[in-house]
Amino acid sequence: MRREPLRALALFAALAAVVFVLPAFVNDFRAQQFAYVGIYLVALTGLNILTGYAGQISLGHGAFMAIGGYTASILMIDHGVRDIATIPLAIIVTGIAGVLFGLPAARLSGLYLALATFAIAVAAPATIKRFEGFTGGGTGVNLFGIPELTASDAPLQLFGFELDFNNWIYYLSWTIAIAGYVLAWLILRGRTGRAFRAVRDSEIAAVSSGISLTRTKVLAFGISAAYAGAAGALFAVATAFVNPDTFPVTLSIFLLVGIVVSGIGSLQGLVAGAVFIVFMPLWAQTVSKSPGAPFVVYGGVLIVLVLVLPGGVAGLIASARRLTRRRQDFPKP
Amino acid sequence: MAALLSVEEITLRFGGIVALDGVSFEVEAGHIAGLIGPNGAGKTTAFNVITRLYAPDQGRLEFDGRSLLETPAHRIAEHGIARTFQNVNLFTSMSVLENVLVGGHRLGRGTGEKEARAMLEYVGLGVRAGDLAASLPYGLQKRVEIARALAAKPRLLLLDEPAGGLNHEGVEELGDFILRLRDDHELTVLLVEHHMGLVMRISDHVNVLGSGRKIAGGTPADVRANPDVIEAYLGSEAGP
Ligand SMILES: Nc1ncnc2c1ncn2[C@@H]1O[C@H](COP(=O)(O)OP(=O)(O)O)[C@@H](O)[C@H]1O
Ligand SMILES: [Mg+2]
Repeated sequence: MRREPLRALALFAALAAVVFVLPAFVNDFRAQQFAYVGIYLVALTGLNILTGYAGQISLGHGAFMAIGGYTASILMIDHGVRDIATIPLAIIVTGIAGVLFGLPAARLSGLYLALATFAIAVAAPATIKRFEGFTGGGTGVNLFGIPELTASDAPLQLFGFELDFNNWIYYLSWTIAIAGYVLAWLILRGRTGRAFRAVRDSEIAAVSSGISLTRTKVLAFGISAAYAGAAGALFAVATAFVNPDTFPVTLSIFLLVGIVVSGIGSLQGLVAGAVFIVFMPLWAQTVSKSPGAPFVVYGGVLIVLVLVLPGGVAGLIASARRLTRRRQDFPKP
Repeated sequence: MAALLSVEEITLRFGGIVALDGVSFEVEAGHIAGLIGPNGAGKTTAFNVITRLYAPDQGRLEFDGRSLLETPAHRIAEHGIARTFQNVNLFTSMSVLENVLVGGHRLGRGTGEKEARAMLEYVGLGVRAGDLAASLPYGLQKRVEIARALAAKPRLLLLDEPAGGLNHEGVEELGDFILRLRDDHELTVLLVEHHMGLVMRISDHVNVLGSGRKIAGGTPADVRANPDVIEAYLGSEAGP
């Protein structure tokens, strides 16, 4: 009985070790791309909590990333806050935004919720432009002028390691991604996670079991948005630049694609989803460069994936496990 | 003895349909109270009113001397009322054990697996704890719902057609099981069921609904002899 969690822990440690040593084996450019995988992993973990576990669709998570990204950028450029210190603040601000959005959104479900969340994704770029004095309007916020707040001026000394900008972003992103992943696992394995899934599976049975739908959904929105905020802040720090087009409507759609590829309602495939978001468009471009072709390749691959792996990568992992697992005796009480 | 639950003059309309029309009945503490009536009589709707899923247009609803009409549905479990559903409403992505754990949600963080497993043993589903709830046969799913409801440690248990999916023997066993439940957990039970033999055998009191109205109430023997009840069932396949 105790062997299963031990093996999961060993696997997790091995994967974390791979993440740790990876930059030593790849060039700077690749390390930067893998940093973005870590950033998207943060966002996907959050989105999967909301959509996969609590069953509340969001077509607007790009807007929450925008709030996190702008919070970080404005703190750095206007207040001289160091990059890493902006992240907790971005998490708090975006988490509150998620709760505020969740309060009315908790009354909506299905298609109506999809539309409401889509609306914030659509409205975000225009809203950012509108508050020009605060957000820099269409021009955005450029962080290149403040290298002293990040690692782009001089390499960062950390535990005897010397980290240049790309490596710094890589380790920062993955540290937060792994911490966020473990935190999600802790939240989801217990009472709160069960409440999320109960609401997803049957609202009336959940309510009759004493679960408040509003409270549960608002909590899911808050937690999920907080993750998106962290991802947005990392995104801003990594690109050293944000403008309204950094967080377009398509970003929200890609995030949703990411959790579908990962597997809705499971944490196991999330890295694959993040890899898909970062590398699939690049790979699609190498297949054919004729106009529009990469989109067709991307769409085609997506359709095939959804058909072949309806449960996403997590579903594939689960099937593989079922095949290899020896028949167990009755579990001891 | 004072009534644990009292439903007074409850009226509930769905558009033009009057699902409950001034319905009143009481359930005494420690009783097994049958609630019968032909299909569409309003039995499930009455459950939904008592559990606050539906707000009645008129009437009063009291549990243990206090009105429930200000209580939101998710606080009903806290008051000590738990229920099962006519068309099973399990958490389909969860194991049997997890379903029961959700049942204990109101008891907070402290209550865990041990109690839930004990509850599953009690209802005879101990070996199914790890199975996906949705993978069980219908009759057993109904039993998981009972375990989930019991996990909330209720004082009043509402059972909506618990015999669904059971054969003749199963129905007999269910009757003994409900009696045992009542005694072991010091419960009061409100039972909606079409198996008249079962209802008449284990109920202390029976209320009869017909087309949203209460048409009779009394001991099983009274109800069985009531001409209004016989008329309400005339033409419907399950007579009392
Ligand atoms: N949510 C609803 N919307 C509209 N009509 C409903 C709803 N629920 C029940 N009804 C109607 O109320 C009446 C009573 O239904 P119900 O309580 O399910 O009957 P029973 O459980 O006694 O078979 C029926 O006419 C049914 O169609
Ligand atoms: Mg019914």
